[in-house]
Amino acid sequence: MKDFGGKALFLDRSDINTDEIIPAKYLTENTKMALQPFILEDLKLGGFNPRTDIQGKGAIITRANFGCGSSREHAVWVFEVNDINIVIAESFARIFRQNMYNCGMLAVELLPSEIDAITALGNEVEIAVDLATCTISAKNGAKELSFTFSINEFDKELVENGGWLTYADNKY
Amino acid sequence: MGKTIAEKIFAAHLRDKPTPENMILDIDVVMCHEITTPIAITDLEARGMDRVFDTNKIKVVIDHVTPSKDSKTATQAKILRDWARRHKIKDFFDIGFNGVCHAIFPEKGFIRPGYTVIMGDSHTCTHGAFGAFAAGIGTTDLEVGILKGVCAFLKPETIKITIKGTLADGVSAKDVILNIIKKLTVNGATNKVMEFVGPVIDKMSMESRMTLCNMAIEAGGTSGICMPDQVTAQYLWPFIKDEYESLEIAVKDFKQWHSDPDAVYAKELTFDVSDLEPQVTYGYKPDEVKDITAMEGTPIDQVYIGSCTNGRIEDLRSAARILKDRKIADTTRGILSPATPQVYSQALEEGIIKIFMDAGFCVTNPTCGACLGMSNGVLAEGEICASTTNRNFNGRMGKGGIVHLMSPLSAAAAAVKGHITDPRKLL
Repeated sequence: MKDFGGKALFLDRSDINTDEIIPAKYLTENTKMALQPFILEDLKLGGFNPRTDIQGKGAIITRANFGCGSSREHAVWVFEVNDINIVIAESFARIFRQNMYNCGMLAVELLPSEIDAITALGNEVEIAVDLATCTISAKNGAKELSFTFSINEFDKELVENGGWLTYADNKY
Repeated sequence: MGKTIAEKIFAAHLRDKPTPENMILDIDVVMCHEITTPIAITDLEARGMDRVFDTNKIKVVIDHVTPSKDSKTATQAKILRDWARRHKIKDFFDIGFNGVCHAIFPEKGFIRPGYTVIMGDSHTCTHGAFGAFAAGIGTTDLEVGILKGVCAFLKPETIKITIKGTLADGVSAKDVILNIIKKLTVNGATNKVMEFVGPVIDKMSMESRMTLCNMAIEAGGTSGICMPDQVTAQYLWPFIKDEYESLEIAVKDFKQWHSDPDAVYAKELTFDVSDLEPQVTYGYKPDEVKDITAMEGTPIDQVYIGSCTNGRIEDLRSAARILKDRKIADTTRGILSPATPQVYSQALEEGIIKIFMDAGFCVTNPTCGACLGMSNGVLAEGEICASTTNRNFNGRMGKGGIVHLMSPLSAAAAAVKGHITDPRKLL
C-alpha cells in the first residue's frame, strides 16, 4: 500500500471534468508515463499554470463533482505518474472516484467547511493521511488541522490490495 | 416493498455483496472500443492474464478514430483488432462495418431488457433505453469485466423522472434531456439511476429514448433507464422472434422488469414538456442551458450532426426537414457523421444524404471523431460549433473551441442561417 499525501495543489473550482484533466487528444497514448506532461492542460482556472504549479505536489484539494465527464482512467493515471495519489474534494463524479480506488488510490470527501479551512492555511500545505484511523492532517508550518473521513470497507480493501484487479482476481 | 427496475436487474445478477452498499454483478455484455481497451489488453498481457471470460459476451468496435488518422491511432486499432481475432470474438466491427458504439450495438440487437452492460465509455448509459442497466466504467473495471465478467456497483438508488404533456413539433428528446440536466445540474444524479417514465416516453421511438438515456451521465447519472415495452419489442423483434411466439408475448415477458408501483425512489421529479422550447447550451457545462430564443443570433462557424447522442436515422431525417431545398450559410460549414453504416445506407436510400450534400454538408464515414476533438472536424481556437453531441466542455471539440449543444433540427437551422435560431421558424 502506498503512503498517501504530500504538498497540496489547490484547484479551487467545482465540476472540473476529465477533458480538463487530460484532453481526449492524448488518449491515443498507450503507456501511462506518456501522459505525464499533459496533466490539467485544459483546466479553466484563473492564474493556474500546469507547467509550474504541479511541481512537487502530492495531493489535490478541490471542490464539488471532481472528475465529471468521461470514463477515461487516464485522468487517474496522469495524477499517478505525476506522483499525486490522493484527491480530497467536496464530492466526486462516480466513475472518476471508482477509478481512483480501482487503482489503489484515495478519493476522499470532506465537508465544504473543511475544504475552506484547509484552503485558508495558505499555499504551502502538507497533507498526510493515516488510513488506519481515517485521519487527514493538513499542515503549514506551525498551523495544523486534522479531520476524520469515512471510507467504505470495500473501498478500503481495494486500496489495501493495490486495486480492483488484484482484489477481483483473488476473489472471483 | 416493491422494487425499481434497477433493483430487479441487480437482484438477478448479484454475484457477491462485500458490504451492504457494494454489489458485485454478473455482466451480460462487455463492450470494447479502441481508446480505452488497448491499454487494458496490454496490461492484462503484461500480467500474464490475457484471457476473456466469454467470447460471446464481449462486443468490439473500432469507432473513435476510424479509419486511423496517424500511427498512434493505427496502433490502438491494431492492438484491439489482434486481440479480437486472437480470442475469436465474433462480434467485432472493423472498417467498412464499424460505427459509433452506442448506436451500432443496439442496432445489432445485443442489448436486451434486464441486461447488465458495461463499457469503458461514459455514454454507455445510452443502452438503458432498452430496460437494461448500462454504465460507463474505467479501464481497470474493463479489465476485470473482460477477465471475470463481473463489475462492482453501489446499491442502486433511483430518481424517477416523469415526463408528461405533449412535445410540440420541432421539439425533441434532445431538448427534453437538456432541460432535465438544466434542472438537475451536472451532479444532480451522481450515483443514481435516472428512470424515465410517463406518456411522453411511452410514445418515444427507441432512437429518442437512446438520446434521452445517452445524456444521463451529463447529470452525473450511473444509467438512464426506460421500461421495456411494445416499442422496445418492435425494435428488437428481428433478433428475438425465435425466442417468443409473438410480439405480445415478448411485451408481456418484458414487464417482469418494470418498476413496481410501490417501489421506493431517492427522488421523484415531474416535467410537463407541452410548452418546452428547443433548448441549447451556453458556457462549458451541459447544465448551462437556455431556451433557443434566448441565444438567437449567436454566430456559428461549424455545424456538426452525428455522435452517439444524435447520429441515428431519426436525427438525420429531422435535420433533413430543414435542409431540404436550402443551402448552408456562406459563413458556416457543415459536417454530417451518420452513426453507423446502417444509418448511412438507410439515409442514402431515403435521399437524405443527397439533401445534406446539396445543402453543402460534408458527409463523413461513421465515427466519433469530432465530438471529442480527435478527428473529422476539430475546431480552431475561438471557433464556435453548433453540435448535436453531448459535451460542451472547455476544449472538447478542439482547444479554444466553443460548443453549443442542441437538437439535429436546431443544428440544421443554425447551418442554414449561419447563427443560432429557432428551428420552428423554418419548418
